[in-house]
Amino acid sequence: MKYATTMTLASLLAMSAVPAMAQKTASQGIDEYRAMLQDGNPAELFEAKGEGLWTQKRGPKNASLEKCDLGKGPGVVKGAFVELPRYFADTQRVQDLETRLVTCMETLQGFNAAEIYKTPFGKGEQNNVTALATWIAAESKGMRFNLSQAHPQEKTFYEVGKRLFFQRGGPHDFSCASCHGEEGKRIRLQDLPMLTKNPGDGIGFAAWPAYRVSNGQMWGMQLRLNDCYRQQRFPYPGFGSDATLALATYLGVNAKGAASVAPAIKR
Amino acid sequence: MKKNIRFVLSGIAAALLVVGCASGPSVAELNELTNKIVKASFRDEGFVKVDRVLNVDETNRACSEADVAGKPLDEKTAKAIEEMNLKAIQWPSDGKFIGDWKQGEVIAQSGRGLTWTDKAGDVNGGNCYNCHQISKEEISFGTIGPSLYNYGKIRGVTDPNSPESKPIVEYTWGKIWNSKAYNACSNMPRAGHMGILNETQVRHIVGLLLDPKSPVNQ
Repeated sequence: MKYATTMTLASLLAMSAVPAMAQKTASQGIDEYRAMLQDGNPAELFEAKGEGLWTQKRGPKNASLEKCDLGKGPGVVKGAFVELPRYFADTQRVQDLETRLVTCMETLQGFNAAEIYKTPFGKGEQNNVTALATWIAAESKGMRFNLSQAHPQEKTFYEVGKRLFFQRGGPHDFSCASCHGEEGKRIRLQDLPMLTKNPGDGIGFAAWPAYRVSNGQMWGMQLRLNDCYRQQRFPYPGFGSDATLALATYLGVNAKGAASVAPAIKR
Repeated sequence: MKKNIRFVLSGIAAALLVVGCASGPSVAELNELTNKIVKASFRDEGFVKVDRVLNVDETNRACSEADVAGKPLDEKTAKAIEEMNLKAIQWPSDGKFIGDWKQGEVIAQSGRGLTWTDKAGDVNGGNCYNCHQISKEEISFGTIGPSLYNYGKIRGVTDPNSPESKPIVEYTWGKIWNSKAYNACSNMPRAGHMGILNETQVRHIVGLLLDPKSPVNQ
C-alpha cells in the first residue's frame, strides 16, 4: 500500500545521530521526515469514505445526511467547518462538528445518539463520524477560522473553555496551559503551539482532524482533546461532553483568522 | 448520558436567565458553571478517578484563578502558598540526599505513569526530559523548564556531602519533592508531594543532578 510509511521517527533519529551537530541534524531529519509525509496523506482515504457516507442511505430510516444542517443551512458543507463549534437553535446547545454529525445521524437516519456517544473511538459508528468529519473539514481547506460569539451560550462556552484551559489538577498539577501557554516551547522534540491566541495557519486547532502516523489512526478534535487530557493525567472526558465543547470553543475562537489545513498529517 | 447533558444545559439556561441579556454571567457564576460542567463531563477511567481532578488543593485553585485572570498571584498569597508547600516537604528519612545517578537517569527519561492507560502499581517516571535538558548526551529534551545541564557544577558542588553543599542539596531535594515551595505557581509537578515519585526515586534524581560523577556535571 502506497501510504504505508513504516519509517519511524526513532529510526530516523538513530540514523542522524552524528554527535558534533546532533541537535541540528535531528531536527533537520524530522523536518525532512515531515516533508516526506506530505507526499501522501492517508487522511485522503478517510475523506473518500466520509464523502461516500454523506450521500449513502443508512440507518433505521434508510436516509442520507444530505439534509444535515452543519450551521450554514441544510446540506451546506463548504465553510461549515471553520465556524464550528457554534450554537444550534434546534438542539439549543453549542455543538462541534462531531456532535453535530451525531445529531444529524439521529434525526435524519434514526441512529441512537446516546449509543454513538458511548461507543469508544475507533469502533463502530464512531469510525463513520471520524470519516465524515474528515471529509467535511477537507471541504473547508484553506478557509480561515471565524467562530461566532454572537449567541450568549457561545460566549459562555468560551469563558468556561478558558477556565478549563487554565484548570490545574491531577497528580501532576497540569493544565492545558502548562504546555500550551507560552510561545516557542517544546516537549522532548515536539513543538508546542501556544493556544491562547491564533497560533498560525494550520497549527493547533486548524490542523485537526489529522492522520497520526505513529499509530496509524485518524483523529478528530474530540479524540485530540481526549488524549491531551489523558496525558495531562486527568480523568476521561466523555465524547461530546460540555467540557470538550467549551474547550473547543475557546481554542476555535482564539484561532480566528488561522487558515485550516485539516485534515493534516502528524508524526 | 442524555440526562447529564440536559442537567448541565438547564444549569446554563438558569445562569443566563439570572443575569438577563444586558451583561454576561459574572465571574462567580462562570466559575460555578465550569465546576458543574467538569462534574458532568469527566468520568473515572482505569485507576484515574474524577476526585483527583475535582478536589484540587488551595495551591492549584489559586494558581488556576490567577492564570484565568492573566495576573500573577499577589505577593502575600504567593508567599503563603510557598510556605504551606515548604512545610509539607518530607526530607529523607535516613538523612541521605544523594542516590545513584544511573538510576536517576532512567527515572528522568521515563514519562510513564498515572494516565488512564497506565496500570496501578506500574513504576512512575519523573517526566524530567519532557521539559528539561539534563545530560548532554540526550538531545531529545523539552524546553518548558530551564536547562539542568551542569546543574551541580555551575553551583560549585564538588562534594555533595560537604557542609558547604548542604543548602543547594536541600534546595534540590525540596524543589523536586515540592516545586511550589519555591515558586507558588510553578509549571513543575510536585513529584514527591503528589506521590508521583517515592523517596528512593527522588534521591536518585538528586544524585543525577548533584553527583560530580553524573554525566550532568561533566
